[in-house]
Amino acid sequence: MKLYEFEAKEILRMYGVGVPESILVLPGDDVAAKIKEAGLEPPLVVKSQVLVAGRGKAGGIKLVKTVEEAVSVAEELWKKPIKGILPGALLIEKAVPHDVELYTSIIIDRSERRPVILASAFGGMDIEEIAREKPDSIVRLYVDPFVGLRGYEAREVGKKIGLKGKVLNSYASFLQVMYKVFTALEAELVESNPLAISGERVVPLDARIIVDDNSLFRHRELLEKRKVEQRGEFTEWEVKGRGQGLPFVELDGDIGIIGNGAGLTMATMDLVYHFGGRPANFLDIGGGARSELVKKAVSFLLEFPKARKVFINVFGGITRGDEVAKGIVEAVRESKAGKPLVVRLSGTREEEGRKILEDAGIYAYKDPVEAVKKVVSL
Amino acid sequence: MAVLVGSETKVLVQGITGREGSFHTKQMLEYGTKIVAGVTPGKGGSEVHGVPVYDSVKEALAENPGINTSIIFVPAPFAPDAVYEAIDAGIKLVVVITEGIPVHDTMRFVNYAKSKGATIIGPNCPGLITPGQSKVGIMPGHIFKPGKVAVVSRSGTLTYEISYMLTREGIGQSTVIGIGGDPIVGLSFTEALKLFEKDEETEALVLIGEIGGDMEERAAAMIKRGEFTKPVVAYIAGRTAPPEKRMGHAGAIIMMGAGTYEGKVKALKDAGVLVAETPFEVPTLVKKALEERKS
Repeated sequence: MKLYEFEAKEILRMYGVGVPESILVLPGDDVAAKIKEAGLEPPLVVKSQVLVAGRGKAGGIKLVKTVEEAVSVAEELWKKPIKGILPGALLIEKAVPHDVELYTSIIIDRSERRPVILASAFGGMDIEEIAREKPDSIVRLYVDPFVGLRGYEAREVGKKIGLKGKVLNSYASFLQVMYKVFTALEAELVESNPLAISGERVVPLDARIIVDDNSLFRHRELLEKRKVEQRGEFTEWEVKGRGQGLPFVELDGDIGIIGNGAGLTMATMDLVYHFGGRPANFLDIGGGARSELVKKAVSFLLEFPKARKVFINVFGGITRGDEVAKGIVEAVRESKAGKPLVVRLSGTREEEGRKILEDAGIYAYKDPVEAVKKVVSL
Repeated sequence: MAVLVGSETKVLVQGITGREGSFHTKQMLEYGTKIVAGVTPGKGGSEVHGVPVYDSVKEALAENPGINTSIIFVPAPFAPDAVYEAIDAGIKLVVVITEGIPVHDTMRFVNYAKSKGATIIGPNCPGLITPGQSKVGIMPGHIFKPGKVAVVSRSGTLTYEISYMLTREGIGQSTVIGIGGDPIVGLSFTEALKLFEKDEETEALVLIGEIGGDMEERAAAMIKRGEFTKPVVAYIAGRTAPPEKRMGHAGAIIMMGAGTYEGKVKALKDAGVLVAETPFEVPTLVKKALEERKS
């Protein structure tokens, strides 16, 4: 679960970080009145709250010198989509005068099986750009998950990115707070970029937190407290799919894909691509799917407008061919979409499944390559 | 003689009375796996398919000291506890089938296992099988046959699909390991390769990877250094997956530009690995690799 910038900053504030003074503007709010009420003195920064990256470059962050300007910029940002997504809220912050922008994040290094701190003296760019343009500037520190981040380690990171004096201590304290948040929220990512040096303090100008979806059962409050609708992390159809419990990812092509198991479903997408087709989505019915789930998934793709045709590729290990066939037949019977459907069925109870499908006038391929060629040609 | 599991494997099933645990206990028993005990707290004294159930791992071990492997079907919120319990009781191979365990939990128990000399397979994995000897997992047993090709994979169904193709082509398997689809797993590709390098039964290896992380790149580097000397055929799923989107598996995500299909394929090819464009080319490439090895 991605958190909005304002949510991430609110969490940092709770942990004692001096984040810039700000107000949150929701649709319908009187911007001028809110700014005055909070006593925010220009210059201000108006920031579009979306869950997609690259907001700054897309024009979603504007510096304004007066309250009037803030009002007109806010009007403009409400209407400005960032990578196709309209903001769920606007954050208006006091501008922080600064000369230096740093980069700092904490992620899990999957192969080292440890949290790793990534820091660079060149903030403002994203980490991919830094890795490309200033690879030597990136400082890495692996943290022992049982010991946590010690103060001296945090100071070492600060030293290595060129900090000294009071700023060094301020940075080290901030980094330790970031680590606390990282463990307390069971995050996949805590990032501050840019992290400004303003006088003797470090101030996070931006903050990003991604919480591990698997740990959300311990962090219900994040969802319950959410003030704005989630925008940008998922497309409209992805939200619909998730609402029905379907692991669905939208892609750009026109061939709807259903597979069983994440690997096989990805491989099916790749196979379609290999033979000249373009997948419209990823949809995994998992292992051991019953007919009800298969029906739900097939109906979903028959409705999904991007999918002009649908390809179902099932290799039955724990999944039973007859259950899959029943689900497909029921979905097709109830649908008025009339989309072409190609099925490949193999494995457990394949013959029973094939018979159910054929009785309903649906041919089931055995060979996945033949089936893919067919669906691409339609 | 194969790796990790074999005819000497004596299995404890944690979460044996649950729907999945009970179903797969039956399946494993039918395959011939030696399941000697099960654990479900509060259900001690009962039986599942003739297997005695205990309240704790310690009690199970006290009465069945031969147990050397545990398989875990416990739901995600309680699974980490089950893993620690198995490790603390001294079990050296723990197979975690459970999907959905928070990654911070996995990070800690995997490090803990290492410090205690235990091997974790998974989480979010189908388990492992040495065909004809022992199946410690949820894969359908009939699609495998004994042989000399190792399979190590991040994906369940793709493992079944590819192994079944190998079997139909007459190519048997030494041991097939599903290492799991989570961002952090216990046994990695490189650790699996180390085991198969030492295994005399294994003559070639099939590596089934997917986008996300750098395990495939690390395996490639190890092969390049000459630390794995048998022929390797690889297939990587997710060529058409967009960045920053999780493709079903928690671990199948290209994040911050790392873990792309292209990067993995390039690393593997540079190391001399035969990379299949589609899963269906794997058997042909395996045959080719085995013939080259002979000549």
